[in-house]
Amino acid sequence: MNDKTYMKELLQEIQSYKQEVSLMEVCGTHTMAIARSGIREMVPANIKLLSGPGCPVCVTSQGDIDAVIKLCREPGIILCTFGDMMRVPGSESSLQEERSRGADIRVVYSPLDALEIARKNPEREVVFLGIGFETTAPTIAVSLEQAERERINNFSLLSYHKLVPPALEVIFSDPDIRVDGLICPGHVSAVIGLKPYELLAAKYHKPCVVTGFETVDILEGIIMLLHQMSQGEARADIQYRRVVRKEGNPVAVELLERIFQPEEARWRGLGPIPGSGLKLRSAYEFLDAAKKFQLPQIADLPIKGCSCGEVLTGKISPRECLLFGRGCTPLKPVGPCMVSHEGACAAYYRYTPAKERN
Amino acid sequence: MCLGVPGKILEIKEHDVAQVDVDGNQLDISIRLTPEVQKGQFVLVHAGFAMEIIDESRAVETMDLLKELQKYRELGI
Amino acid sequence: MKIDRVLLAHGSGGLMSQQLVEEIFKKEWNNSYLEPMLDGALLDLPAGRVVMTTDSFVITPLFFPGGDIGKLSICGTVNDLVACGAKPLFLSTALIIEEGLPMSDLIQIAQSMARTAREAGVQLVTGDTKVVEKGSADGIFINTTGIGVIAEGIDYRPQRIQPGDLVVVSGTMGDHGLAIMARREGLSFSTPVNSDCAPLFRIGQVLEAFGGNVRCMRDPTRGGLATVLNELARQSGRGIKVVEEDIPVNPAVAGACDMLGMDPLYMANEGKMVIVLAPERAAEILAELQKIDIAAEAAIIGEVRAEPAGLVLIETELGAERILGILEGEHVPRIC
Repeated sequence: MNDKTYMKELLQEIQSYKQEVSLMEVCGTHTMAIARSGIREMVPANIKLLSGPGCPVCVTSQGDIDAVIKLCREPGIILCTFGDMMRVPGSESSLQEERSRGADIRVVYSPLDALEIARKNPEREVVFLGIGFETTAPTIAVSLEQAERERINNFSLLSYHKLVPPALEVIFSDPDIRVDGLICPGHVSAVIGLKPYELLAAKYHKPCVVTGFETVDILEGIIMLLHQMSQGEARADIQYRRVVRKEGNPVAVELLERIFQPEEARWRGLGPIPGSGLKLRSAYEFLDAAKKFQLPQIADLPIKGCSCGEVLTGKISPRECLLFGRGCTPLKPVGPCMVSHEGACAAYYRYTPAKERN
Repeated sequence: MCLGVPGKILEIKEHDVAQVDVDGNQLDISIRLTPEVQKGQFVLVHAGFAMEIIDESRAVETMDLLKELQKYRELGI
Repeated sequence: MKIDRVLLAHGSGGLMSQQLVEEIFKKEWNNSYLEPMLDGALLDLPAGRVVMTTDSFVITPLFFPGGDIGKLSICGTVNDLVACGAKPLFLSTALIIEEGLPMSDLIQIAQSMARTAREAGVQLVTGDTKVVEKGSADGIFINTTGIGVIAEGIDYRPQRIQPGDLVVVSGTMGDHGLAIMARREGLSFSTPVNSDCAPLFRIGQVLEAFGGNVRCMRDPTRGGLATVLNELARQSGRGIKVVEEDIPVNPAVAGACDMLGMDPLYMANEGKMVIVLAPERAAEILAELQKIDIAAEAAIIGEVRAEPAGLVLIETELGAERILGILEGEHVPRIC
């Protein structure tokens, strides 16, 4: 059976479920894949796919972005970042604009590339802007471990990492959010394993399925969720077995625990969540850019008319935001969900289904 | 939130570095997070790192998912 | 003393400027139009409508697998002429050189321009060089302007696109963009993909024989296929629907794009055409195109519809239809 025939069969299987259900994908890469492949339009109307707070760019608070912008203006700083942060608007500027004004900002593919830039520029201070969830955090932990071992003194980290399970806890415990099942992030789970979802599934009686990113993976993940629901079950399960092990990646987890400790973090749209961020343990504090450059915590200012908070929690669909496609487009984004490539609003805007055009 | 692609390990080098092939493109990545990886195995590549070893044999069960579901339906469950 | 780098003095207009022109450009581009050393070239044009186009070329690195900035600067302008339905005839060029550029690089670029121009059957008839201070340019910037003439019965303007027409691409998408991307700082990986940079006048020659059956042509450079399809849809006031899996993409380009979070449909091409054909002789035209090496992988990727006017739809592997939008901002690699 080829992929296409198999996909058709999976779709038919999904179409045979008649209950009204809301499933949430909590990974921005899922949001992108679902939008790009058109899955949302191909599943029947009784199966609603919501997009959750799984885009690390989108959930970075505006105050934190303002702090990054303040830092990159300091003389002698080279700020290294993943490409997606470049266009995210702070309260008055973005990294893209700062670069045009002369800030030295470099887009890298790997935190190890940032470390290499630090080695090559010993007279400059290289700061890595650490965003991302449990998948990306271990890669940054390795770069810190190397910086320490090689005594690279001009490298530091601005840690805006976020942890997924505490945010899921917030979503499940919010009575205004109806989520019947969770499409769990495949690559985060490759690190953290199944246990966090087992706890969530048991506590809130919601099925959770760790899912891969191919169209077939996502369809299979949806079926596994629907199947559990029809059986009245609420387990944590893995669709993405070729990559995700039940126990996760113990090497990555050990490294995260050795270098970081959880702390309260500010999420755009969700507010502060205890234990949902990662700060450097005291032995690694010398690599903390916020401490090194005495960066103040900058307050979040509300953005007028922007509903990113409601979008991130699945309370509204991007198209229900009053600014969507009017004041807020990928070219002139107001909120971060429109800026990030995998932000729910950008994905909805970019991959508008043919029947919803106007 | 985390892009990852499968890459095949071509060569294990020194200092936790390995050369991988991603659809004909070659790059050096860190295998610090998958110390047990062997040449010839596939890994999930994210941000210049092997995040996990890919084991297709574990996927077979999911590919049989439909058959299993059809069986349920035939049984009227 | 042998001068091995370009100096500011080479742009002074004095003796050193003359030497540079004589020893490099006139020597490499050798033709009768350059010989009189006038302030401009006197051209005799054949009958037909004259097309003129201009383009500037800035690229890092200057030399890349599959080409260099010299070759690119000829191909880019030649291909714009071809896309207009013209036979490319003459080119002018202006080079803005950063002080310190190795003389050997400059010679190599000039040779590459000469070789590509010969291959494309065009003559470099007039030129200008300026040298700017170190830091004011990135090695070298090149502008070329081209003139060509359109034969009777050829009209490739998008307004001629009709519902029912078929959309063809002349080969794989995104090769140039990826070949360049692979060499960016902090991103380097080795890829088997070369830039597709090539002059496409032979595509023009093949199509000329089919007259009005060829409705329109455009080269999908910056912004890639998606951007060109959107231009065509908007300018023709028609809808275009393409099928994702029918669009030829080199597997290495697709794999690297997945890795970098990019999309081959938005990556630049420098040796490809998007061609809209009337359906009647489309199969025959496609077969003729596939006979030339630069279009061996030409494929029909979609069709023109009356609706939705001005928009491009793409059918996904799942059979869903979504809008294929234009590129917003910079197409940067991402990790998340």
